Amino acid sequence: MSTPSSSLKPTALHAQHVATGARLVEYAGWEMPLEYSGITDEHMAVRTRAGVFDVSHMGEIELAGADALATLQWLTSNDVARLAIGQIQYSALTTPAGTFVDDVLVYRMGEDHYLMVVNAGNAKKAHAWIASHARERGGDVAVVNASARYALIALQGPESAAILQPLTGVDLASLKYYWWAAGEVAGARVTVSRTGYTGEDGFEIFVPPAQAAKVWDAIADAGREVDLRPCGLGARDTLRLEAAMRLYGQDMDEETTVIEAGLGWIVGRDKPAFLGADVLAAERADGPKRRLAAFEMMDPGIARHGHAVIGAGDAVCGQVTSGTRTPFLKKAIGFAIVPADQAVVGQEIVIDIRGRRARARVVAEPFYKRPRPAPARA
Amino acid sequence: MYPTDLKYTRDHEWIRLENGGEALVGITDFAQQQLGDVVFVELPEVGRTLARGESFGTIESVKAVSELFAPVSGEVLAVNGDLASHPERINTAPHDTWMIRLRPTTSAEAEELLTADAYTAIAK
Repeated sequence: MSTPSSSLKPTALHAQHVATGARLVEYAGWEMPLEYSGITDEHMAVRTRAGVFDVSHMGEIELAGADALATLQWLTSNDVARLAIGQIQYSALTTPAGTFVDDVLVYRMGEDHYLMVVNAGNAKKAHAWIASHARERGGDVAVVNASARYALIALQGPESAAILQPLTGVDLASLKYYWWAAGEVAGARVTVSRTGYTGEDGFEIFVPPAQAAKVWDAIADAGREVDLRPCGLGARDTLRLEAAMRLYGQDMDEETTVIEAGLGWIVGRDKPAFLGADVLAAERADGPKRRLAAFEMMDPGIARHGHAVIGAGDAVCGQVTSGTRTPFLKKAIGFAIVPADQAVVGQEIVIDIRGRRARARVVAEPFYKRPRPAPARA
Repeated sequence: MYPTDLKYTRDHEWIRLENGGEALVGITDFAQQQLGDVVFVELPEVGRTLARGESFGTIESVKAVSELFAPVSGEVLAVNGDLASHPERINTAPHDTWMIRLRPTTSAEAEELLTADAYTAIAK
C-alpha cells in the first residue's frame, strides 16, 4: 500500500479518521477517508439509519455586492433570481459552449450575498473563472475563494434529523429540502442545509475548521443509539450513483453540455442571457446528439468508467462514465454517454467489459428513490 | 494467521494441494482486505488449461477490479458456483473459499510458491 505524501492536505477531521481506522486516500489533493467499516456497510447504514461524511474537501466561493446576482445569472445556467434568502439551487457553471466548468450548489445567504459550493478538484479553476469574468464585467461584486474557512460535515440517512435535532437550536422540522439556516450545532456557529449527495434525507453542516472535530464527535455520540457509521468517499460514490446524481469529471466535464448530461431542469427558461444559453436553447429545441443514459446490466459483470459502448458495425459509439454494483439495489448500474437515439428507456446497449460484450438496458432515473415518509396522522 | 497447509503467490493467491493430486485456488486475506467488499467474480470455463501466471478471471469489489492469476499451470476441473450468489464469502472466509479446482500439470511448480511465513512477510 502506498503512503500518502506529505504534500496532501489533511482536513480538520484528520485525527478523527485516523482514530477510527479509516483507510485514507488521495483525492483532489486532499487526504480523504475512502472507507471505515467497508463500503457496503456504510452504504446500508445511510439507506437504513444514518452516516456521517467528512466532505471538507468541497470548495466554497462567496460572491457579495450589488452585482452579485447579475454575475451569477451570467455565469450559471439556473435562474438565480428565483432564490429567496435561505434557499439553495443546483446549477451549472457554464462555458460559452454550454458545457460544465463545474456543477455547483448556489446558496443565497443574504440580499446581495451568495455562497457557491464547488467540487474539490475545481475550486481553484471555478474561482479563477468567476473572478476573471466578474473583473471583465466590472460591476460591484467581490469574489472570494472561502474554501479554507469551512469544514463541511454531511449527516445523511433517515435518522439524520433525529440525531441532529438534540444538538442544535435550529428547528429542523421546518427546514425544507434545499434550504439552509444559521445556528449552532454542539456550541459551534454553523450553517446547516438540508442537502446531500446520497438520495436520502440529511444535512450538510458548514463549520469553522477549528470547531469541526467538536461537531463531528457530538454527531458520532448522538448517533450511537441508531448505530450511525462514519462513511468515506467510497460509499459517497455508490450512494450518489444509486440516486442518479452526476459526478463531475466522470459523468460530465468541459466537453459535456448541460442538456447532454440530462440536466435540462437546471437550465432556466425565463432568465437573462448566460454563457452558453444559445447552445443550450438550440439543444433543448432540436435535441442533443448524445445524451447521458442510466443503465442496468442485463448480462453478468460490472461496467466501469471508461468502458466502451458498442454500436452498429462494431464501432465504439459511446462510453460508460460511471458504473458499479450498488450495495442496496444489489444491481450493476451506471451512466453512459451514448447517441441520443440510444438514450431511450428500454433500449438495449452493448458494453465492452475488458473484451467481453455485455448487454445493458437503459432505465428511468433515479435507480433508487427514497420511500416517502408516512403521511402524518390526524 | 496464514494457514500453513496453503502455498501462496506474490499476487496474493493461495493454493491448497489435496491428496489425489488436485488443488484448490483462492485469494488471501490480505488481498480481500485490499479489495474491500467483493461483489462479483468472473471465473473460467471448466476444461480450460491455464499456464502458470495466466489470468483465469477477475474479481470486483465495489470500488476496484483485479485480475486473478493461476499459481500453477493446470486444467480447470471445476469452479465454485456459490460465488455467483455469495461473492461476499471471499471477504468473510478468504482461506476457506475456493474459486477454481485445478489438476496441476506438474507438482514441481507448487513447491516454488511461498510458505505461510514467507507470505506473511510480504503481505503488508
